[in-house]
Amino acid sequence: MKELRPAILMCIMFTIICGGIYPAVVTGIANAVFPKQAQGSFITDKNNREIGSSLIGQPFSEPKYFWPRPSATAEFAYNPMGSGGSNSGPTNPDFLKTVGDRVKVLRDTGISGSIPADLVLASASGLDPHISPEAAQVQLSRVAKARNMAAEKVQQLVTMSTEEPQAGGILGAPRVNVLALNLALDGVSP
Amino acid sequence: MSINEWIETILFFVVLLALIKPLGIFMARVYQGERNFLTPVFAPCENLLYRICGVKKDEEMDWKRYAWAMVLFNLVLFVALFAMMMLQHLLPLNPQKLPAFTWQLALNTAVSFVTNTNWQAYSGETTASYFTQMVGLAVHNFVSAATGMAIVIALIRGFVRRKTGVLGNFWVDMTRGTLYILLPISLLCALVLVSQGVIQNFSPYKTLPLVQAISYDKPMLDDKGAPLTDAKGNPVTESVTVGEVTLPMGPVASQEAIKELGTNGGGFFNANSSHPYENPTPLSHYLEIFLILLIPGALTCTFGVMVGNLRQGWALLGVMLFLLIASFAVLQGVEASGNPLLAKLGVHGANMEGKELRFSLAGTSLFEVATTGTSCGAVAAMHDSLTPLGGMIPLALILLGEVVFGGVGSGLYTMLAFAIIAVFVSGLMIGRTPEYLGKKIEVREMWLSIVTILTAGITVLILSGVAMITPAAVSSMANPAAHGLSEVLYAFASMANNNGSAFAGLNANVGFYNLLGSLAMILGRYLPAIAVLAMAGSLAAKKYVPPSLGTLPTDKVPFALWLTLVILIVGALTFFPALSLGPIVEHLTMLGGK
Repeated sequence: MKELRPAILMCIMFTIICGGIYPAVVTGIANAVFPKQAQGSFITDKNNREIGSSLIGQPFSEPKYFWPRPSATAEFAYNPMGSGGSNSGPTNPDFLKTVGDRVKVLRDTGISGSIPADLVLASASGLDPHISPEAAQVQLSRVAKARNMAAEKVQQLVTMSTEEPQAGGILGAPRVNVLALNLALDGVSP
Repeated sequence: MSINEWIETILFFVVLLALIKPLGIFMARVYQGERNFLTPVFAPCENLLYRICGVKKDEEMDWKRYAWAMVLFNLVLFVALFAMMMLQHLLPLNPQKLPAFTWQLALNTAVSFVTNTNWQAYSGETTASYFTQMVGLAVHNFVSAATGMAIVIALIRGFVRRKTGVLGNFWVDMTRGTLYILLPISLLCALVLVSQGVIQNFSPYKTLPLVQAISYDKPMLDDKGAPLTDAKGNPVTESVTVGEVTLPMGPVASQEAIKELGTNGGGFFNANSSHPYENPTPLSHYLEIFLILLIPGALTCTFGVMVGNLRQGWALLGVMLFLLIASFAVLQGVEASGNPLLAKLGVHGANMEGKELRFSLAGTSLFEVATTGTSCGAVAAMHDSLTPLGGMIPLALILLGEVVFGGVGSGLYTMLAFAIIAVFVSGLMIGRTPEYLGKKIEVREMWLSIVTILTAGITVLILSGVAMITPAAVSSMANPAAHGLSEVLYAFASMANNNGSAFAGLNANVGFYNLLGSLAMILGRYLPAIAVLAMAGSLAAKKYVPPSLGTLPTDKVPFALWLTLVILIVGALTFFPALSLGPIVEHLTMLGGK
C-alpha cells in the first residue's frame, strides 16, 4: 500500500489545480476580456433589460414572425432546460408522420415546391437559433402579408440578419438568425 | 460538397498536420524529463507537488507497481467523485438547489468519468451542480486523460529500453502530462471558446421573457406523478401558456476545452457540443474537432521521437488518417444525399434531423468521425437520427477499437497492439519469428495484444445479447425494429470502448444500463490498460534484436496498408453479423420505402 498516500494526495492536489485554480483563472480572464460572451451573449432592449440571447433560439408560430426550425426539447419547443434532439431514427413511422404534419402546415401557408429540409427537421440542440437563407425565403411573402409590409423591406431585414461564414467567408454556411430578424421586424433593434 | 466545404476541410487538415510534429516533439521532451520552454513555470510547481505527495521522482517502477499505482489512483478518484455526487445537495455552488444523484446514476457516472468514457445517463443542466461539474467531472477530464497518456508512454519505454525491469514513475508521468500538456492548451483554448460565445460564469440560471408566448399541451399527472389517461387510454393534457423560459448558465468554457482535448466528451449540457453555449460558431466547432484529434495525432510523433525513428510514428499516423478520411467521405456522402422517405413528402436536401445549421454539413460529419474514431464521444449532431449507413460509421469506428486517432494514450496503445498482431501474422506467412522495433514478439506479447484488442468487442457482443433477452432493456428503446437494435449495440459499444456518445433515444438511466454499463466501462478500460502495462514490462526485459534482411520494415507504406487490412478484418470478423442485423437491415428497409 506504498502508493496509497500519493494516490490520495494527488487526487486532492489535482482537484485543487484543475477544479479550482484552472476554472478560476479562465473565469477571471474571460470576464475581463470577453464579458458579454462569458455571460451569455444577451440581447438587451432600450431599458437594458435582457430579452434574449443571440445564440439561443426562441419559438415562434404567429404568421407575422419568421418561424424557426422545429425543436424537440423536453416539455415544450425551445425549452433551454431540456436541450436535445428528437433522436428519431430515419425510418421511424412516428417521425415520418410528424414531418408530414409539419409539411402540411407549411403548405397551408401557401408554400409550393420543395421544402427546405431544415424547416421541417428538428435540430440537435433544439435551441438552434438559425434557419437557412432558403427557409427564410419561402416564409417571406407570408410575413410581409401578415404585417402589411413591402416584401423588399422584409427582404432587407432578412439580409441584415444573415450571418456570413467566418474567417473571411471560409468557415460554416450563411444562416439567418431568427430571433434577431423577428426583433428587427418588431422594431426592437437588438 | 460545396467549394466552401472543401476549402474548410482541407484547411483543417493542413493546420492539424502542421501542429502534430511540434507538439509531438514537445511531448517527448516532457515525458523524458528534458528542459522545455515551460520548465521555468512548472518545474517548481511540479517539485512541490512531489514533496507534498511523497513521490520520489527518480524512483522508477516495474510494470506491476506502475499498474497498481494507476489502479489505486483511479479507485481514489472514483470514490471521491461518487461521494461528491451523492452529497451534491450539501455542497456549495449549487444555485439551482439540485438534489443528490441516485446511487445507480452516481455509480455509472463516476465510473464513466474515471474511465475517460463520459457516458452520460443524465442531463447536465437539470442534474449536476456547478460544483459537481467543475470540481468533480472536469478534474476527471484532466487526470483520466493524463492516465491514458502515461500508459502509452510506459509502453513506448518498453520498446525502447533493453533488459530492464522498470518503466518510469506513474506519478511523474501523470503529473507532467497534466501540467505541461493538458493545462496550458486547455487554458488557451478555453479563452478562444469564450471569445466565440461559450459561457463562463457562476450566475444562477436566467429567466428570460419570450418574444412570442406559446402554448402547449402538458400531460397531466396524478397524485403519484404518473401520467393520467382517459377511459380510452389516451393521455389527458391541459393547455399551458409559456411566457418566459429558464436559461442554464455555468462555467462551461473551462470544461469544454479539456472535454475535447482529453477526448473525454462529457457535455456540460444534455445537447453536448451541439448546444449553442458549448459550441456557438463554425470557428469554435473546428477548434473543438482540432482539440479532439490533436494529442492522439501528436502522440504518434512522440512515439517516433522516443523510438528514434520518426517514420515509425508516421506509418501509424498514415493508417489513422486514411481510416478517418475514408469514414468521413462515406458519412458525408450518405448524409448529403438525404433520406428518400422524406423526399417523398416533398422535403429536399441533406438529412438535417439532429443537426445544427451553423456548422456546415462537412463540418458536422468531420466532428462525428473525429469523436468516434477517438474515445471522445462529444457530439455536435444526434447520432440516433443519422441515416442508417451514416449511423453505422460512428458505430463502426467505435467497434474498431478506437484506433482512428483514438483516445489520448489509449488510441495509440491499442494501435500498437494491432501493429504487433500485424507483425505476427505477417511473420507466420514467411515463417520467421516476428519482431517489432527490435523486440521479438512471442507468445506472451500475443496474448496480451489479443486481450487489449478483443476485450471491448467480446463485452459488447455479450452484453448486447443479454439486453436483447431482457424485457426491461428492450423497453428502453426509442425507435422500433432494426434501429432499436442499433441503439442497444451502440450503447454497449460506446461504454465498453470508453467513447461515451450515444444513440441517445435509448433511455439509459435505468438500473440495467447503469449497472451493466458500469461493468462494460470498467472491463473496457482496465483490462486493456493492465495488459498493455504487462506487455511493456515484458518488452522492456527483452534484448534488442538488430534488423536483418528478413525483418519486415514497419516504417514503410506496405506495412501501413497491411496494418489497415488487419484492423478492418478483425473488426469485420467480430461485428459484421451484428451490424447486418442493425444498420444494414434498416438501410435496406429505407431503400425499400417501408
